[in-house]
This record gives sequence, structure tokens and C-alpha cells, in this order.
Amino acid sequence: MKYSVFSLLKNAASGHKNWTPAWREPDPKPEYDIVIVGGGGHGLSTAYYLAKEHGLTNVAVLEKGWLGSGNIGRNTTIIRSNYLLPGNNPFYEWSMKLWEGLEQDFNFNAMVSQRGVLNLCHTDPQRDAFARRGNAMRIDGVDAELLDREAVREMYPFFDYDNARFPIKGGLLQRRGGTVRHDAVAWGYARGADSRGVDIIQRCEVTGIRTAKGKVVGVDTNRGFIKCKKLGLAAAGNSSEVAAMAGMKLPIESHVLQAFVSEGLKPYIDGVVTFGAGHFYVSQSDKGGLVFGGDIDGYNSYARRGNLPMVEHVIEAGVAMIPSLARVRVLRSWGGIMDMSMDGSPIIDKTHIEGLYLNAGWCYGGFKATPASGWCFAHTIARNEPHSLNAAYRLDRFRRGYMLDEKGQGATPNLH
Amino acid sequence: MLIPCPHCGIRPVEEFTFLGDARPVRPASNDPATMDQWFDYVYLRDNPKGRFDEYVHHSGGCRAWLVVTRDTETHEVFGAVTARDWAGKRKGRRA
Repeated sequence: MKYSVFSLLKNAASGHKNWTPAWREPDPKPEYDIVIVGGGGHGLSTAYYLAKEHGLTNVAVLEKGWLGSGNIGRNTTIIRSNYLLPGNNPFYEWSMKLWEGLEQDFNFNAMVSQRGVLNLCHTDPQRDAFARRGNAMRIDGVDAELLDREAVREMYPFFDYDNARFPIKGGLLQRRGGTVRHDAVAWGYARGADSRGVDIIQRCEVTGIRTAKGKVVGVDTNRGFIKCKKLGLAAAGNSSEVAAMAGMKLPIESHVLQAFVSEGLKPYIDGVVTFGAGHFYVSQSDKGGLVFGGDIDGYNSYARRGNLPMVEHVIEAGVAMIPSLARVRVLRSWGGIMDMSMDGSPIIDKTHIEGLYLNAGWCYGGFKATPASGWCFAHTIARNEPHSLNAAYRLDRFRRGYMLDEKGQGATPNLH
Repeated sequence: MLIPCPHCGIRPVEEFTFLGDARPVRPASNDPATMDQWFDYVYLRDNPKGRFDEYVHHSGGCRAWLVVTRDTETHEVFGAVTARDWAGKRKGRRA
């Protein structure tokens, strides 16, 4: 069924009793052309673009939990394409363009809201760095505006401009950035893939990867062996565990990142704002809660929950930026497991095993990349070679010395 | 998380700075022929789910380097020894 104002009226007239499920719940077939491991945002968008762009529909997505139970439903919903490096910017800008057409494309309301992403700067060198990044963005055709202090004050009069330690000097604004209803992204991609014939199999955990003569032949799961010609891994925080089933050791550590939502407030912050002197980013959801987050806790973890010192640190940074936050009550906090790569950039590539493809290392920037990640991964799987947009995201770049180190800090798994 | 520092006793996690996996061994040679070992040491990680030995600096306490054994799935801390003791034990194991 196509969703439209007419389908809404028709179903309203019949008391909303005749809506059909948005996707099927099929049993796994014994064999597929392509199996994707991981039914999160990236896995589902990969399946969607395999079907839509490449006409490949004999595809299964295997999800060990329920659909979208991982980071697609745990992030702070921010989309942006404000990167510096040539290998990154065209990819993220393609993702932004896909976001802009996404709802019409997959006929699902994902509440894409281009409300603007503003990075604050607090020192002169930081403003210089922002000017450089803004120029790099504009060279790649991305919108970027360098704002002075007064222009920022006009947008957000209640920030702490005269903070003795972190005075606000200005900001870099990407007006096309914003937020998206994250769960709806998973649901929209799932529905779009399913309607094209992709099998989405929930509660199906991969327990082993079988290869023969350097080629993938299938996966063992808790619902039996499934044969496949090609296998794509999109397991986010569990990437190391899944890759180890194929004997691979990845340049990735799993870390916990916490996120928070406050009680509902009247309209207060209409865009996305990031603090430049600490790590803090905030937006306000349509329900009124402030959605915010900060840095990873800093130790290896698969626990999906963090510790209190980082809660305190994030809220301190928030209050340093917006003093009135001090009186806001936090409603919930939660954690997700990030696949932190060693240069802060992702991997979308083939592997040394024929038919095995890897999509991992998203650190904590995976949500905004969801459309382009699936689009590029689908291309890489279908054509057996990377697209030029993910050409910088090769797995062997660490060995060859072609790191994509946006922060310029060297090999450490705490970048993003 | 509470970490039992061998010098200071049980201390809260915010006193500590985590470096990460204590298993990789720094290659002894600078010979370009050992590049694969260096690649492995600098970039690749086992990243285990479960029991994990990690280097931790007691930066807000006695400033000793420790090796803490912890479960990455539950955050349960099993114990901590000084990095020196841990290195000695590891050498002993290899010999």
C-alpha cells in the first residue's frame, strides 16, 4: 500500500482497522544471492538500495534482535555534511542529498527536518579552523556559513557568551543540516526493501561464517544454515565479533556512547548546536525533550550502558554552554556500542575473502551516513568494487598509510 | 565501576584514564621487514566481548600504570595489578 493523504483518509473512515503490516515476517529460505548481517539502519538501507538501484531482490537481512534495536534507535538523530577531508565530504554530502529526497523516495514520513547545525567556536584559532573547514565544504558544493558572535547571539540569545573560560566567538553553520526521526528511517527502509522482495528475518543470530577455497558459501544461524553467494557485514558495535567468524581481525574497538533526553519543554532550541570547548551537542525533539550527548565513556565496552562520571561531564559541558540547562531535568539516558575505528573514519569495502564485504567503523557518526552508507555498500556488493564515493574507505588503508584522520591525531580509537 | 588499585585500594572510575588492550606486544625491532608486526600492534584489536586485560593509568591517584581485568559486557572488575607485575608475569609465561 502506498501511504498518502488518500490512504490516511480511507483508513480513518474505517476506524484505522484495516492498516496492513509494513513488512512481512518470512522464515529464512535455504539460499539467497546476498545475505546482509545486521538489521539496523545501514543493513536495511543496503538491502533497499540493492533492490532499488541494482535490481537484486533475492536478498535477506538477518537481525539477531528486532528490527532497528541497535544504534539506529539510540542516536541523537543529527544529520550534517560538515567535514574537512576530500575523502569524507563528497560521501557525506551525497548522504545529505539522499536525506533530502528520502521521504518521497521510500514513501515514509521520516520527519527530515533541515533546521541547521551550528558548531560554536570559543577561540581565535578555532575560528580559523572553522573558516578552513567551511571553505573546504564550499569547495565540495556543501553549504557553510561562518557566523560572528552577534549573528550567533541573534539565533540563540540565551547561551553563555561571556563565559570566562569559553567565551563564544562565533560559529560555523550548515543550514541544510538538521535532524531525522531515527526509528522511522529503519522502518521506511525496511518497508521499501520488503516491498521489493527482500526478506527481513528478525531474531536470527549469525553464529558462524562458512567459507570454502577463499570464498563465502553461507552463514550458520540459530535458525539453521543459510547458503549465499555474497555476504555483507553491517554489524556496527559487534563488527569485530562477526568478522572474527571469518578469521578477520579489524582495526576497531567497541566503546559505549551515552545519550540523554530531558523532560518536555516549550520550543527552546530550534536547531542543532554543538559546544566547541567540550563535547556536547543538543537539539530539541518535536515532543519537546532536549536530546543531547557528548563523548564516549573511554573504555572498551559491549554493555550498552555507561557510567556516571560521563553523565556528569556531558551535563557540565551543556551547562557551560547554556546556563539555563541547569534547571532542566533529565528524563532518560541510555548507551549504544560504537565501532570505533583507528582513524575515526568508516570502512566500506571488499575483503580478502571472495564474496565477503564489510561495512563497519562508523565511530559515533553512523546515523547521518545511513543513506549513503547503504547506497555505497550496495554498489560495492553488486559491482564487486567500491564506488568513487567510498573509495577512501578501504580496509587496507591502515596498512598502506592512507588513513582518513579528520582530527589529525593518529592511531587511536576515540575519534569520530 | 570501582577499581582496586594495588597502592590506593578501591577507588572510583573517574580517577583513572584508560589506554586500552594490554595484550598487544610492541615489536622489538625497527627493521622495515617487521612492518606487519607493527601494523598489527598499532592498528588491529581483538576487541573481545567478555574478559579483557587493559592498561589503565591511575592519573587522579598514585599515577601508577595498572593492568585491570574487566568484563566488557557487564563492566565487572575482576582485579588490578601494576603494569610492572603484569609484564613480569607475561615474560614468565612466555619463557
